[in-house]
Amino acid sequence: MSVWHGLVGQRPVVTSLSGAASTGHGMTHAWLFTGPPGSGRSNAAIAFAAALQCERGGCGECHECRTVLAGSHADVGVIRTQRLSIGVDQVRDLVRRSALAPAGRRWQILVVEDADRLTDQAFNALLKAIEEPTDRTVWMLCAPTVEDVLPTIRSRCRLVTLTTPSAADVADFLVRTLGVPDDLATYAARASQGHIGRARALASDDATRARRREVVSIPTRLRTLGAAMSAAAQLNETSKAEAESITTELDAVERADLDAAYGVVERGRKPREYAPARAALEREQKTRAKRRHLDVVDRALMDLVSVYRDAVATAVGAPGGLVNEELREQVTTLAEDGGPEGNLRRIDAIFAAREQMLEFNVPVMLALESMMVSLLPPVDPAGGSGGAGAASALRRRGNA
Amino acid sequence: MGTIGVGALWQAVATMAASSRSSASRGPSPADVLGRITLVTGKEEFLNERTVVAVRAAVREHDAEAEISEATASELTMAVLGELAAPSLFSTTRCVVVRALENLPEESAAGLLTYAADPADDVAIVLVHGGGPKGSGTLNKLRKIATVTEVKSTELRASELPRFVAGEARAAGAGIDEEAAEALVQAVGGDLRSLSAAARQLASDFAGERISVEKVGRYFGGRAEATSFAVADHAFAGRRAKALEELRWAMDTGTAPVLVTSAFAAGARGLARFSGAPRGMREADLAREVGVPPWKIRTLRDQVRGWDSTGLAGAIRAVATADADIKGAGSDPAYTLERLVLTVTELRTR
Repeated sequence: MSVWHGLVGQRPVVTSLSGAASTGHGMTHAWLFTGPPGSGRSNAAIAFAAALQCERGGCGECHECRTVLAGSHADVGVIRTQRLSIGVDQVRDLVRRSALAPAGRRWQILVVEDADRLTDQAFNALLKAIEEPTDRTVWMLCAPTVEDVLPTIRSRCRLVTLTTPSAADVADFLVRTLGVPDDLATYAARASQGHIGRARALASDDATRARRREVVSIPTRLRTLGAAMSAAAQLNETSKAEAESITTELDAVERADLDAAYGVVERGRKPREYAPARAALEREQKTRAKRRHLDVVDRALMDLVSVYRDAVATAVGAPGGLVNEELREQVTTLAEDGGPEGNLRRIDAIFAAREQMLEFNVPVMLALESMMVSLLPPVDPAGGSGGAGAASALRRRGNA
Repeated sequence: MGTIGVGALWQAVATMAASSRSSASRGPSPADVLGRITLVTGKEEFLNERTVVAVRAAVREHDAEAEISEATASELTMAVLGELAAPSLFSTTRCVVVRALENLPEESAAGLLTYAADPADDVAIVLVHGGGPKGSGTLNKLRKIATVTEVKSTELRASELPRFVAGEARAAGAGIDEEAAEALVQAVGGDLRSLSAAARQLASDFAGERISVEKVGRYFGGRAEATSFAVADHAFAGRRAKALEELRWAMDTGTAPVLVTSAFAAGARGLARFSGAPRGMREADLAREVGVPPWKIRTLRDQVRGWDSTGLAGAIRAVATADADIKGAGSDPAYTLERLVLTVTELRTR
């Protein structure tokens, strides 16, 4: 089983990368991996790193391959962050490390996951190191699109573009690795829209499926202003709870570690340095929680977009399957209700809310409220409220 | 023996200072401060300072030649304290004011306590604690000593400020109308020192006259503390001119633009949820359903009359856009906020 086994639906990329690793053809000192979220950018980078360290070009069996894939290889550094951005200090450390000769015989490899989260300052600190690295240093940056990194960085890297894996590829992968039944794999593959991590979660976790069902049912529930407001509040609450369930445990562990490091016991004396260290830790935990919350909301919005996407596809009679095949009835209603223009406008509203939250730090609650009221069915100018639309929708559902 | 009596008297001074029915003119007598320790605590720095001045005045009253010195607790070693408290060549009466007691070095605390238990007769010591939890151990020990009198200033609530102003004016020999006092508080803000200065200024400008609202208005215009919530309340009630005026005051006095948009967001949210809430609920349940404090329900009931769901949806969108604009999507917060006020008042159906 070679190191490329974990990459789904990326045959051309695998061919060129394994060629570079085994024959040296097209090998260079800096790589930029781009591709949609969940397509396996960092996995591709790590697989490539393993192939470079391996004597046999990525056999997946030897010590080198195994340690790289497990994240414990001495000459492969992976930089990931749980915060909103990677700052200049972190990058300076990295640059220092990149100047070291590898401990092993082959390469010193530095993989930056989430290179899109580097601040401008951090990018600039990276420039020189990427332009003229030492002989045996290889940089690998991962970002969703090339626009996410500075042009000066982009021009110094060889670009590797991953594609969105097809639903069939993903379903096949799920059956192969998780051993889930075919219909569940197909559902998860479709619903994840090519995001492999998401597909795995959907295929293996009931709670994740339930949360997604909740989100995709929002459009049919949006009939009145009150419903829109409570949908926004509910989405905000559930996503916060989900994010907290991930972070709370981690926070407690970190707190306990900090207490142990400073020798603090319950009700005991605390050293003078303890309070600032704890404040710093709490600050960090807070930004991490914020990012988690945003990530969770963002994913929910993508699920929501998929429903309207299906409605547009149905309205214009586009070929190909629906993402939410199981909701075909509701999607048809939605398609008749708003028409392709109306549903495109709704998709726009969702992306606007996303931009407000992620780019401009608008409170999640406010952005969601603004989005939900934009998703409401258009008001009949004579009728005053959405009553007429709701009634016709009910009629249609009764007929079906 | 006299501790209780003295304590009671001092308590009276302190409460009088706080509610300001009196001024520094009725301060402590020399016997209250000489040969004793006066411990000044509490958060109102202005009132604390006033106590210090009163003690000094009492000492001077006893002996016009008295030597008065100042020190900060951080530099207070036993040697310094001994030096300050010892009779000098020129005068036997002394007054020592020690500030920032919270910074007292640990090694000096024992010495200070020993001295406090047996102070010199002709010396008045004033210890001023700047507030906060630091040094509270020493404070508690000091409080237990019989020769120590504590004068504690309590923070004034906003509703007590007009009375404070009235007291200041009376102390300066002038009467002030209740409304005038309120107007002055609104114009000057909650800072006691500024309020006191303003009241005294008015009293000396209009010597012998009663200070009325017009007289306050002649010298003090405007608003020191305009709240973002007032802007939002006016806007959602459809009072466009009032909202714009309040917005200007808020921005001129340094209210952050994000506070204004968050007040608008809270306002729009309250209205939207209120209008969507089921009819015929009890007020307390309704408040919980809408997510606002109960007193807010009546305001919402008034405001909601001018709104339909299309208007509210538009308002919510406008607030979110404005919030993004303030945080970098736009370039001029003042323009953004004024446009927000105009948009919101426009969306309201009269």
